[in-house]
Amino acid sequence: MTEIGLNHILFVSIALFFIGVYGFLTRRNMIMMLMSIELILNSVNLNFIAFNKYLWANKMDGLFFTIFIIAIAAAEAAVAIAIIINLYRSHRSIDVEDASDLKF
Amino acid sequence: MFDKLTLSLIPLLPLLSFLMLGLFGRKVFKNFSGIIGTGALLVSAGLSLSTAYNYFFVSGKVDGVYQKITALKISWLEFSPGVSIDIGILLDPISVMMLVVVTFVSLMVHIYSLGYMKGEERFSTYYAFLGLFTFSMLGLVMSSNIFQIYIFWELVGVSSFLLIGYYFDKPSAVAAAKKAFIVTRFADLGFLIGILVLSFNAHTLDFETLIQRLTDPNSEYMRSAIAPAFLGFSSLTWGLMLVFIGGAGKSAMFPLHIWLPDAMEGPTPVSALIHAATMVVAGVFLVGRLFPVFAISCPGALELVAYTGALSALFAAIIACTQTDIKRVLAYSTMSQIGYMMFALGVSGYGNEDGLGYMASMFHLFTHAMFKALLFLGAGAVIHFVHSNEMNDMGGLRKHMPITHITFLIACLAIAGVPPLAGFFSKEEILLAAFHHNKLIYGIALITSGITAFYMFRLYFNIFWSKEFHSHGEHHGEGGIVMMLPLILLSLGAAFAGFIPFSQLVTSDGKPFETVLHLSFSVAPVLLGLAGIFIALRLYKTQNDIANKISSSLSGFYSSAYHKFYIDEVYLFITHKVIFNLLGKPAAWFDKTIVDGFINRLGSSSEKISEETKTLQSGQVQQYAAYFLAGAIGLGIIFIYVLTLK
Amino acid sequence: MTAQDIIFYLLAAFTLVTGFLAVTTTRIFRSAIFLLFSLIGIAGIYFWLEYEFIAAVQIVVYVGGIVVLIIFSIFLTQEAGANLPDTTITKKITGGIAAACGFGFTLLQVLQHNFTGTTEPGIEPSVANIGNRMLGVNEFGYSLPFEVVSILLLAAMVGCIVIALKTPVQK
Repeated sequence: MTEIGLNHILFVSIALFFIGVYGFLTRRNMIMMLMSIELILNSVNLNFIAFNKYLWANKMDGLFFTIFIIAIAAAEAAVAIAIIINLYRSHRSIDVEDASDLKF
Repeated sequence: MFDKLTLSLIPLLPLLSFLMLGLFGRKVFKNFSGIIGTGALLVSAGLSLSTAYNYFFVSGKVDGVYQKITALKISWLEFSPGVSIDIGILLDPISVMMLVVVTFVSLMVHIYSLGYMKGEERFSTYYAFLGLFTFSMLGLVMSSNIFQIYIFWELVGVSSFLLIGYYFDKPSAVAAAKKAFIVTRFADLGFLIGILVLSFNAHTLDFETLIQRLTDPNSEYMRSAIAPAFLGFSSLTWGLMLVFIGGAGKSAMFPLHIWLPDAMEGPTPVSALIHAATMVVAGVFLVGRLFPVFAISCPGALELVAYTGALSALFAAIIACTQTDIKRVLAYSTMSQIGYMMFALGVSGYGNEDGLGYMASMFHLFTHAMFKALLFLGAGAVIHFVHSNEMNDMGGLRKHMPITHITFLIACLAIAGVPPLAGFFSKEEILLAAFHHNKLIYGIALITSGITAFYMFRLYFNIFWSKEFHSHGEHHGEGGIVMMLPLILLSLGAAFAGFIPFSQLVTSDGKPFETVLHLSFSVAPVLLGLAGIFIALRLYKTQNDIANKISSSLSGFYSSAYHKFYIDEVYLFITHKVIFNLLGKPAAWFDKTIVDGFINRLGSSSEKISEETKTLQSGQVQQYAAYFLAGAIGLGIIFIYVLTLK
Repeated sequence: MTAQDIIFYLLAAFTLVTGFLAVTTTRIFRSAIFLLFSLIGIAGIYFWLEYEFIAAVQIVVYVGGIVVLIIFSIFLTQEAGANLPDTTITKKITGGIAAACGFGFTLLQVLQHNFTGTTEPGIEPSVANIGNRMLGVNEFGYSLPFEVVSILLLAAMVGCIVIALKTPVQK
């Protein structure tokens, strides 16, 4: 294997993404699902940085996207936790399988 | 000439009375309803009489021929040039004569009902219906267009339905109304198809044009119409036969007569008006209206008319001898007399003295309206007095009801054909026409006339003589002046209508001709009539059991006649056993299993599918995410490997 | 293999292993700690890529902010030290298959694809450059998205407060 390049980092990012997906699909605790989403977001950030570095070094678009994603992820996490806590108050549980009121 | 307004008022006044009484009668007019209806009809009758006078004696005749005058014509619905439904007024001898008959009898019934229907809960509704009926009947006789006649034909049917079912809390009345409506409606289907066939051939719906086109042998319309079309008959023959079926339904000809006896469930004055004097002769009127077409272009259809009429006349007369309900006897008598009119038309030719049968038929229609209305009103008075329709509950009433007795006797003598009462003259003309044309029908007519005299006097003696009347409970006389006045007026008509020179007024082609009474010819029918009366006198004047002995010796025939020759049962058998089982059941099966089954299967299977698919929406967010991921990967695969754009 | 490569492999392995442990461990508190490590690993990769500012932001926001928030919410909703109920085996299998398929498919596509980038000289991702661009209003400025994100953060803050408000007890 030659020099560490774009593909190596993309491998890490994809692996991290699907680790996040696996966590999202299997864990029942909502906080765990939130953490999985954080992993997914991080893998995307890593992608942006990698592309910026190796393909479009003359621009800073990927970098700014990463910054904005981090900001938005912070907001998202805050809202999600507010929702989770509210759900805990009403259902006494944050198990996602218990929160199945919204169905047929 | 003729004032359009005056002519239009004749039918419109009863309509106005119907609308006023129908809308406001129960709330506003209440007991004045009768006065209002009668008043409207009085004016209408006055106008009719003046129109008749004007037509027959002042301005109807041009060059010695009575003209067909279209006094009013409003094109209502135009299908194509020449073919349009018009609302119009056509004046010719028969329509003017019918105007007089309808308004006069209707007026009599209106007056009579003031007494007869007094105290009924739905008094104003009754008068509203009478107004509707009179309007429809007048519209029918004045129609200038064959489709207009159909419209009013149905309106007449509806008013008949309403009046038969007047006592709608009586199941038998409801059944009778339904029966009348369905049977006549069934016949009207024939009429409608007949209208379509005729108008298809003549390219017009207008009576005058239609008659003119279908009687001119050289016209192209005729050539196509008389070409053999279906089952060996020409389309013209088919059209006329179908029209006649409609007429036969309304006029209660065999085998469509079954509704008429049951229609007696209605109030008796209604029976007098609708089911004796006016509506049931609409069939005769219809054939009379199209008579030139029948007589000139299609004698075959006229044969059908003749034999149906003769058969009905005899058939009904035999049944009438066995019935015990007085209104039913009168109903069968009506059917028999209409049969007379029908076969009189059937044996008639066109023009001048050949048209004797036509004249006789219309003559008989006129006189029959008088004496039959009188008979019904008289029977009504009797029923009013006895509170029963059955002969067995009557007898010896002559002392209790002198006026009714006398007028009833006059009517019976008139219908039996005793000179010089009205029935004698018209019946003589009919027999004469039949004699010249067809001996078989003449024979049937002669026998029928004897039977007629017998059953009428059986009725008469059973009501007014026989046993002594034992009054139980209170009785309120004969019914006062309002009920007696129509009886007296009608009995004058029944007595003297025969002296009207009909051959001068109502003829097939409008030209007057002379009729001669052959005294030698009159001997046979008069003797037969007298014989019938005499037999009835012997059997029924005093109570004895000769009649029972005779009837038991003829037991089979008697009981089948008593059961109206089981025609009702045949109808029931055909409808219930044959049509219901062979057509209705498979159709119902098809509808229930195939049509309904398909729809139900559609519903249940979509329900099942949705039941299955709804579990997909489980509320489990992670499942949704898995579906979403699978979908995304699937779409990616499809777009990259399957739908590669090169 | 240079030292730089070895450091990358170590960072990558550390990130992936801790990330995997974070989504599989049954103790939620440990899971949060593994997530913390995984995020630190990513920050390390940012350092390795010489994007120091991003690495700093990553550590400040994620490690210092979000993970702390998550740990607080765990304290609020969970009994400390309690094991989470284990997930069913079917769920594990379906989730595993889905993730594996997705992973294989995406990796296949990435490896087959021939990325071509620019050859122009790059821009130094220094704080000065980032700052100038971030608030610049000229051609390459990001002041408009910056403002939009600030509004979004405000809205999120208000939303959080509203959602998490205790509903007043009805009398």
